[in-house]
Amino acid sequence: MRPLLEVENLSVAFDTDEGTVGAVDAIDLDVRRGEILGLVGESGSGKSVTALAVFRLIRPPGRIAGGSIRFDGRDLLALPEEEMRRIRGAQIAMVFQSPRTALNPVLPVGRQIARLYRLHQGCSAAEARRRTLEMLGLVGIPEPERRARDYAHQLSGGMCQRVMIAMALATSPRLLLADEPTTGLDVSIAAQILDLLRDLGRRTGASIVLITHDLGVVAGLCDRVAVMHAGQLVECADVRSLFREPAHPYTRALVRSIPRVDREVTMEPVPGVVPSLLDAPPGCRYADRCPDVLDVCRTVKPARSARARDHEVACYATEAARVAAPRG
Amino acid sequence: MGLGRYVATRVLLVLPTLFGVTLITFALTYLLPGNPALVKAGPLATPEHIREMERQMGLDRPVPVQYWRYLSGVLRGDFGESATTGRPVLQDFLQRVPATLELTLASMLIAIAVGIPLGVVAAVRRDGPVDHASRLLGVGGVAMPTFWTGLLAVYLFFYHLGVAPPPLGRLSPGVMAPTALTGLYAVDALLTGNARALGSALHQLMLPSLTLGFSVMAPVTRMVRATMLEILESDYIKAAWAAGLPRRTIVYGDALRNCLIPVITLVGVVFGFLMAGNVVVEIVFAWPGIGNYAVTSLLTKDAAPIQGFVLFVAVVYVLINLTVDLVYGVVDPRIRLR
Ligand SMILES: Nc1ncnc2c1ncn2[C@@H]1O[C@H](COP(=O)(O)OP(=O)(O)OP(=O)(O)O)[C@@H](O)[C@H]1O
Ligand code: SF4
Ligand SMILES: [Mg+2]
Repeated sequence: MRPLLEVENLSVAFDTDEGTVGAVDAIDLDVRRGEILGLVGESGSGKSVTALAVFRLIRPPGRIAGGSIRFDGRDLLALPEEEMRRIRGAQIAMVFQSPRTALNPVLPVGRQIARLYRLHQGCSAAEARRRTLEMLGLVGIPEPERRARDYAHQLSGGMCQRVMIAMALATSPRLLLADEPTTGLDVSIAAQILDLLRDLGRRTGASIVLITHDLGVVAGLCDRVAVMHAGQLVECADVRSLFREPAHPYTRALVRSIPRVDREVTMEPVPGVVPSLLDAPPGCRYADRCPDVLDVCRTVKPARSARARDHEVACYATEAARVAAPRG
Repeated sequence: MGLGRYVATRVLLVLPTLFGVTLITFALTYLLPGNPALVKAGPLATPEHIREMERQMGLDRPVPVQYWRYLSGVLRGDFGESATTGRPVLQDFLQRVPATLELTLASMLIAIAVGIPLGVVAAVRRDGPVDHASRLLGVGGVAMPTFWTGLLAVYLFFYHLGVAPPPLGRLSPGVMAPTALTGLYAVDALLTGNARALGSALHQLMLPSLTLGFSVMAPVTRMVRATMLEILESDYIKAAWAAGLPRRTIVYGDALRNCLIPVITLVGVVFGFLMAGNVVVEIVFAWPGIGNYAVTSLLTKDAAPIQGFVLFVAVVYVLINLTVDLVYGVVDPRIRLR
């Protein structure tokens, strides 16, 4: 079946006074129906920008510089704004990184959810209220009637994130983008939130893109993983192959950086620094950090090639090694 | 914290401030040049006469005793007597406050009615024509002092174009003041259906309130614009876009609602500023308000009215801050419930 979301050759640029920041550089990314896709990469690699581009919410000085985004076969970049608006929230929803600041401080949280039922599903006020309370219960908020009247500042971080999730899932979207949904939450609450996301995803059949720094979370939760580095998508594979046979030098460094024995799985920095995206030269942006770098790497960006079923890499060295020693 | 307790604490906190203010106004007696007894006794008085006057006024008593007499007087509503008009300061004041209040309210209405929408549009259509125009207007409002814009307005609209009346007070000559209800001529005229007085009052009010309104419109616009820009970049506005809410709802519902909270403070500050700051405009337009009264008193070294004016302005500031706090408690759930 055709993937739910097909991102092709997408570029996002920010025109700043110093020059053009190529935040996303011609990435290809599919999200299949019902799957959980992990999107990982260091800070500044363009994960959030990619998510916002899917919503067509890149605001000046940023712009979508090229490529296409298809959702269920429809070209999102070609839609009139009003139609795009109807898709946002209703079919594609987002869970933000900092739940407390992503809720409007002067509206009771219940009202923020209820108005989405009215907007996207044309519910009456009473029906919207009923469904809001039901949804709040579903995401594990005790005493929904009381909590619905609360404001964001009265709720704990975990509760705020549950409210955010209730808001995102209110109108049964088919694609949910969760941008580091557990930042700032303590470990046990974070685990609950992730379980909740997975369960709700399963129940509604929605696809989920989970943006995270945490490869441990990816290993436990995702079906597939896409790895971004400095605005480029370097590797995309099912979870098992990615962890067993990371192919791209950057992914290998990432996987190596996971502490082995203890349960703590925060990502340690990969050697070298993230290159500047300002008027970045052509070619592979990992070149300055890469132990396997070749001359061609700095001049022409490597194309992605299939390494195995469900495993694509964009790297000259990897490709050369595969061609030289085919494993059958 | 409940709303009731919130209000009670706020009100209690105001008392020490007011006490401090009376200390300052009392100290003014000593800072102002000239001996009040001398002013009262007149230029031809003999030294004995002056000493007698000092004794009558209690100026020979120890300072704490003098302060106590001043404070108890103020508490009884006795602000002393004006040496110039020979009447109690309070009476003079009550007669002039409505004029100042009317001018202040009209100016504030102009500043808010124009300034807030202008700031919102300037932020929403950033770098658009409205944004540029508002910036230009802002520079003008800040750079030109009110006596200058006032005189310019008189020259242009009265002398040159003839669309404004001469700058001589609250009503045109020959027009009777409307029956006093609030003391605000325009309001009283409206309430009593006095069309002639209403027309005249508004006409007279036009230039001074435009002058004053223009001077404070700039900060209002600038602050609304800055606040609005900040809010439009906030996470919850991004979330609102991502939830598919229509632009209208986002800008004029979510964003503006949050923007109005800091604007309430600003309106309070502007009100206090106008109440005290319209002195110059009252002089330019011969407006019979308390600012005019204070300046006249200053020129004749008449201490009691000046003390009264400073105390009055300070109390207005304090009360406005109190009101702002209270309104905050109602509109911003974060403050009340913390
Ligand atoms: N408004 C902007 N102006 C200029 N550059 C921007 C702007 N917004 C984002 N960028 C650039 O886009 C790049 C990618 O940012 P993005 O927020 O997508 O990173 P990220 O992968 O989500 O990082 P993090 O893990 O820290 O959230 C950043 O390096 C930044 O330079
Ligand atoms: S080998 Fe070349 S293409 Fe591959 S990661 Fe290193 S620099 Fe990039
Ligand atoms: Mg991010």
